[in-house]
Amino acid sequence: MEIIKTITVHPKDYLTSQELAEIDHEISIMETREAAGIEALKVVQAHRGWISDESLHVIATYLRMSSAELEGVATFYNLIYRQPVGKYVIHLCDSVSCHLTGYQQVLNAIVQHLNIGYGQTTEDNLFTLLSNVCLGGCDKAPVMMIGKQHYEHLTPEKAVEIITALQNQNQNENVEVEL
Amino acid sequence: MNALTHPLTHLVNLQSPLNLNEYSQQGGYLGAEKALKEYSPSQVLDIVKNSQLKGRGGAGFPTGMKWSFVPHYDESDARSQDNKYLVCNADEMEPGTFKDRLLLEGVPHQLIEAMIIAAYTIGANKAYIFLRGEYHLAAKRIESALKEAYQANWLGENIQGSEYQLDLYLHTSAGRYICGEETALINALEGKRANPRAKPPFPQVAGLFGKPTIVNNVETLSNLPHILKNGPDWFINISPNSDAGSKIYGACGRIKNPGLWELPMGVTIGEVLNTHAGGMQDGLKLKGLLPGGASTDFLLPEHLDTPMDYDSIAKAGSRLGTGGLIVLDDKNCPVAMVLNLLQFFAQESCGWCTPCRDGTPWAVEILTRIEQGKGTIDDIDSLLKLCDFMWIGKTHCALAPGAVEPLKSALTYFNDEFMQHIEHGCCPYHGAY
Repeated sequence: MEIIKTITVHPKDYLTSQELAEIDHEISIMETREAAGIEALKVVQAHRGWISDESLHVIATYLRMSSAELEGVATFYNLIYRQPVGKYVIHLCDSVSCHLTGYQQVLNAIVQHLNIGYGQTTEDNLFTLLSNVCLGGCDKAPVMMIGKQHYEHLTPEKAVEIITALQNQNQNENVEVEL
Repeated sequence: MNALTHPLTHLVNLQSPLNLNEYSQQGGYLGAEKALKEYSPSQVLDIVKNSQLKGRGGAGFPTGMKWSFVPHYDESDARSQDNKYLVCNADEMEPGTFKDRLLLEGVPHQLIEAMIIAAYTIGANKAYIFLRGEYHLAAKRIESALKEAYQANWLGENIQGSEYQLDLYLHTSAGRYICGEETALINALEGKRANPRAKPPFPQVAGLFGKPTIVNNVETLSNLPHILKNGPDWFINISPNSDAGSKIYGACGRIKNPGLWELPMGVTIGEVLNTHAGGMQDGLKLKGLLPGGASTDFLLPEHLDTPMDYDSIAKAGSRLGTGGLIVLDDKNCPVAMVLNLLQFFAQESCGWCTPCRDGTPWAVEILTRIEQGKGTIDDIDSLLKLCDFMWIGKTHCALAPGAVEPLKSALTYFNDEFMQHIEHGCCPYHGAY
């Protein structure tokens, strides 16, 4: 209902010039403005982490389509986040090749380490855990994707190591900022 | 390994794919040059028809025939001015399939060259590569290859001094398996929800933005430069006793050496599994396998001598699909595996038609019950009925029938295991590995 209550912000007051340039490029290669919808959602998500109601509304206005229609699109595709997510989104492959080679143990280890389940974000807003269909790394299963990076040949220990490394890296970054 | 024996993969370099100059030095873009300079579009179409190339995306439809459905209107007809489109289906999401990724990441220029040939043949001036969102590395490499191709005038206006113009764009998707269905892919490319469309009209006549559109798989397209360079007879002779050409076969599961191999069409399942994939890991026995991705019927160890081509696998009761073996060992529970497959299909159903939207989660519910040891004999009957409700002709697209294939064949081949779950009230395998 938030969408309905929102008063339209002019897209050019809301979207940054870089976002607009990237969306305009997508519009330019398509026949219709709305055909750029998915890419536009991805552009804004890349800059802001997720698609808020406000972002959705503004993108729809810019593409001259209804918010409801764009919401239908946004909620259809699993790589569009309609809720806030952590800095790192873990996409753990739960398809058959990974299932056969130890997915469940890897999942258990991640759940235990981060203390979150699927669809949840850690309290420090660092990690969100999501499942993903086959990531195309079946010969190196089990696999997961964090951000744009694919991690292969996972074991429960290796998965926790990867996540711990990101946690440490982030702590160091925070220290630098404070200094 | 050379251009004649391993046309698709001999130039693959996953560490650092060939740039345009390197690719050209290895004979790259010769196929496109030949097509543009020596042949008319209808001559290229004949060459592709004569090569007997079949679609490598799963259905195995003859590529030349698919192209020939694109209408050609007289110049007096206003429709002759309309755009036509070529779309490369790089939405590789079939579980157990990772062959297109190799070509996309390893030799992106080969795909661009192939798309020039295909677009020229059907008369398209705009083409899209529809890439799944998770293939970030492939996206990066394709983008840079596209830039090079534009700079070298292999894309854009008056390509290599010819009259022909082609713009080729990369579209990265945002997930969902159903986007791989060609009409759903077209809807996704139009910025809509990826629900498949009713056919007819077929995309060849009314596809992207209502215009004639050809959608081809990455591997299918990647054959074209080599067919143009070496001729259709060479292509057919790669595999004289089977479907034409080579095929990238894959294998995964608990085997010694999972991977991908480009082999002549029609090598046996056993050859892929035992010779190339090294057989089962120590201490494990082969229980069964899916020959071409998640949406194919199970086959058994007795089928190891079956050649991996469209007709032979069909005769054995399954489909070649994408040619990626998913191998089930004897220490993994077949019921748990089928449950995992159905969970996938239930999650990825687009929800458009009732048999699929309601049938796949229903199957998941029943299979979960059986796997947990709470199933009854009636549940087996319910599953068989569901297999009927979700079969071809009762659904909007092929997703639900694709879910039925592993389910129904598992009920036949692994009946004992299903019964053990029900009779003992527990999973004899303790679930998955």
